[in-house]
Amino acid sequence: MDKYKVIIGLEMHCEISETNTKVFSSAENSYNDTPNSNVRPLDMAFPGTLPVVNKEAVKKALMISIALNCKQPEYLYFERKNYYYPDLPKGFQITQETKPAPIGIYGELVYECNGEKKKARINNIHLEEDAASTDHHTTFSTIDYNRAGVPLLELVTEPDFHSSDEAVSFLEAMRSIYKYANVSEADSRKGQIRCDVNVSIMDANLDETDPKNYGTKVEIKNVNSFSGVRDAINYEIKRQIELKETNKYDEMTQQTRRFDETSISTIYMRSKVDAIDYKYFVEPNIPKFKIDPNWIEEIKTLIPTFALQRKENYINNYNLSDYDATILVKEKEVSDYFEETIKLGCNPKSSANWLTSIILGHLNKYELSIKDIYLTPAMLVDLIKMIDDGKISSKQGKQVFYKVLEDKKEPAEIVKEQGMEQIGDEETIREIVVPIIEQHLELIEEYRKGRNVFDFFVGQVMKQTRGKANPSTTAKIIKEEIEKR
Amino acid sequence: MEYMNKTIEEIHESLINGEVTVKELIEESLKKSHEVNDKCNAFVTILDDAKEVEVTDNLLSGIPYGIKDNYSTKGILSTGSSNTLKDYIPFFTATAIKNLEKAHAIAVNKTVLDEFGMGGTGTTGHTGVVKNPWDLSRMCAGSSAGSASAVAAGVYPYATGSDTGDSIRKPAAYTGTVGYKPTYGMISRYGLFAFASSLDHCGVITRSVKDAAIVVDNMKGIDKNDMTSWDSSNIHLYDSIDSNIKNKKLCYIKELCNIENYPNASDELKKHLENFKQTINKCREIGMEVEEESVDKTLLEAIASTYVVISCAEATSNMSNLTGIIFGPRGEGKNYIEMMKNYRTEGFSPLIKRRFVIGSYVLQAENKDKYFHNAQRVRRLIVDTWNKLYEKYDAIILPVGSGPAKHLDGSLDILDKNTSALEEHLQVGNFGGFPSITIPNGFVNNLPVGVNITGKCYDDINVLNIAYALENSMNYKNQIAKEVK
Repeated sequence: MDKYKVIIGLEMHCEISETNTKVFSSAENSYNDTPNSNVRPLDMAFPGTLPVVNKEAVKKALMISIALNCKQPEYLYFERKNYYYPDLPKGFQITQETKPAPIGIYGELVYECNGEKKKARINNIHLEEDAASTDHHTTFSTIDYNRAGVPLLELVTEPDFHSSDEAVSFLEAMRSIYKYANVSEADSRKGQIRCDVNVSIMDANLDETDPKNYGTKVEIKNVNSFSGVRDAINYEIKRQIELKETNKYDEMTQQTRRFDETSISTIYMRSKVDAIDYKYFVEPNIPKFKIDPNWIEEIKTLIPTFALQRKENYINNYNLSDYDATILVKEKEVSDYFEETIKLGCNPKSSANWLTSIILGHLNKYELSIKDIYLTPAMLVDLIKMIDDGKISSKQGKQVFYKVLEDKKEPAEIVKEQGMEQIGDEETIREIVVPIIEQHLELIEEYRKGRNVFDFFVGQVMKQTRGKANPSTTAKIIKEEIEKR
Repeated sequence: MEYMNKTIEEIHESLINGEVTVKELIEESLKKSHEVNDKCNAFVTILDDAKEVEVTDNLLSGIPYGIKDNYSTKGILSTGSSNTLKDYIPFFTATAIKNLEKAHAIAVNKTVLDEFGMGGTGTTGHTGVVKNPWDLSRMCAGSSAGSASAVAAGVYPYATGSDTGDSIRKPAAYTGTVGYKPTYGMISRYGLFAFASSLDHCGVITRSVKDAAIVVDNMKGIDKNDMTSWDSSNIHLYDSIDSNIKNKKLCYIKELCNIENYPNASDELKKHLENFKQTINKCREIGMEVEEESVDKTLLEAIASTYVVISCAEATSNMSNLTGIIFGPRGEGKNYIEMMKNYRTEGFSPLIKRRFVIGSYVLQAENKDKYFHNAQRVRRLIVDTWNKLYEKYDAIILPVGSGPAKHLDGSLDILDKNTSALEEHLQVGNFGGFPSITIPNGFVNNLPVGVNITGKCYDDINVLNIAYALENSMNYKNQIAKEVK
């Protein structure tokens, strides 16, 4: 393995799921519907239909372009990519090419791989429409046009990855960004993420900054999960090294392969010389659109702080462990929740502890989102404060938490209803302690003889207050009252 | 008493006065439809069940008209005069037709065109050759052949057309009618079967300039379904034409109009250009200035090939939706590729296939710059040249074609390659999206000939006003075809 360097480039397709309508048609953009229900005439290419650009999709695309430090074009153009396929009713896909400039070019992303920070260069990112989805059965195939026209972002990286770990870490980082920016659910189970992977190997002693030294590029199409990306890359590295070792590498042509999930291998599709000529040209039905710099500025203000930066902040400024910080930033909603509690004056450590242990445990158990539970950040802050102030014990705190979710009531209300509030006030406790001692004056004698009578008195106080008296205050008062006599 | 041979204003007046009913108008128009169809083969569909509507203040209310069969009409067969859509009944109506419906206009037939508008002869529709009502051995030109034939024959005062090269304005000249295509985007193209989207215009064929203004006033308007449409609500064509043409300046291009440029000129061409000279004199008589301008011959001769490259390229892509899978008569075959191939092979006429081959060829990666991109550059040069003229002149006035209607039997016409630019210059109106109108300006060998006035974008009122004044100075307003042979 060390004899060779691996060069990997990625093309990541991610559906923009968070717009109301499709990218060029007014059909609803939603995943989980009856087949062929989110369809307008354009999506099936009925004669005379015309594309109309969804500004919201452009806005979301620009958001990602800005987040990846790409350059945005002065004018927005779309192009037609012409080819025949059953899932493409128009016979062309409306997309963007590198000339004229797409929604973003030449950016970069810093991501983390096995605890190490790495940088990947982005060649370009473009906005396009998805094709219909097809299902192949033994004797027939079905087409669902719900997906036809769903906005899709295609991100093309430079060949900056050297292992499947790096490639997958980058993809994970991108998924997080898509989710944080509320652009996409980025759920590969819903087919929202699809990748093409380019893999080549070269002799390790050659200079990898010179593309001339690159080996023969193999493109693996339509890998639909991150584990698939990992498997495809690892398989392909192994396959190419074997070709090298058996002196067959030079016979390999530049080619396109597909990943087969069942056999976990890649299968030859076509050679580069058979590449399709897509006959691109500018889409004439969409007039060129000037992107107002003020709009870009406005969009910038809507971009949230992403996971990696948040994580660093939690570690450096709140002294959280890498482990806790990683958990907190995994979902933006959880991270936002955490930050809200801090804004409300909560101790970051207490908040983090509550979130990472009790709350996320509960959410995972019932497959809930943090937005689904009744406990707001403000309620959590109240709850933690009651514990810190000694009003309730931490054990009671947990009971209150579950009760809040169950009864949909404020923590303070639960504490009151359940009579959980501790009696911590010294005078109140003294008023309870004094009569008890006076009824058991004989025990004072015993005490003076050296017998431990505290447990008895504390027990009596707890009995009377049904456990609400603060134990340490109670012990202190008892001691004072006994000493007095 | 007949009404369908009158102007829109006259018919409206008769309706308002109660001289005639909507029912009688429909009956008259349908009767004539059948007569003209027997003679000229002008219609794909005659709507014998056309319904009466209420007469309102709108000048078009209650008056029959024809729709070119490349406009999508809900529930009514819409074929584009192609076998590929011979059974296609759309479930939505083109915006321009919807607007006419709102005006209470009554569609009585769908008119024949050259297949999908691709042709200039009116001979390639799937229902057969359209004949010229002035002389049944001659063509109407195309592609709006049925519309021109019917309006000239007095079936109704107007029919919609579409114009990608000269498809409204040349048939108008050959049939002694008025053909007007407004500025690109004034009328929505939603629901018009696309031929070449950057060149396609909706428009109308009438028998007078005023009628053209009335009809387009009702067809136009910004449409959320067509991004290239624009708001023209402040433009009122009918109210704005007043034949006040004081200080208006026109020019003609000597390389096109002077007989010396045509050493082998036919008798018809000589008479046609002589007649054009007289029209220029008329313009001067009624108070306009007309200058002679010179345009580089190379540029003029490039018009036709520029048009072929751009229109064929866009057409081959636009018509990729015609696969026979979703709509149209499904082809036979073992798989979708065979089905598609058979459907397209059987469905399209040879002329269209030839254009598809050209379109694919000029878009191929290795040819694209040489043909497609160069054509775009030449298009820009030509438009710039015309716009330069518009800095000095209100409009450009030019003869349409090289004489009266050509023979259906092509061997009867002498081919003269010198007249190519004269035949094709109207395409400049499509390159630039310019408002352009053809009106009849006399007769050559007892057959009508036309003159064209083209102005700068958004200057439709000016163009119509000049045409209106000129029309008033001549005797060809509202002429009905008199069969000469």
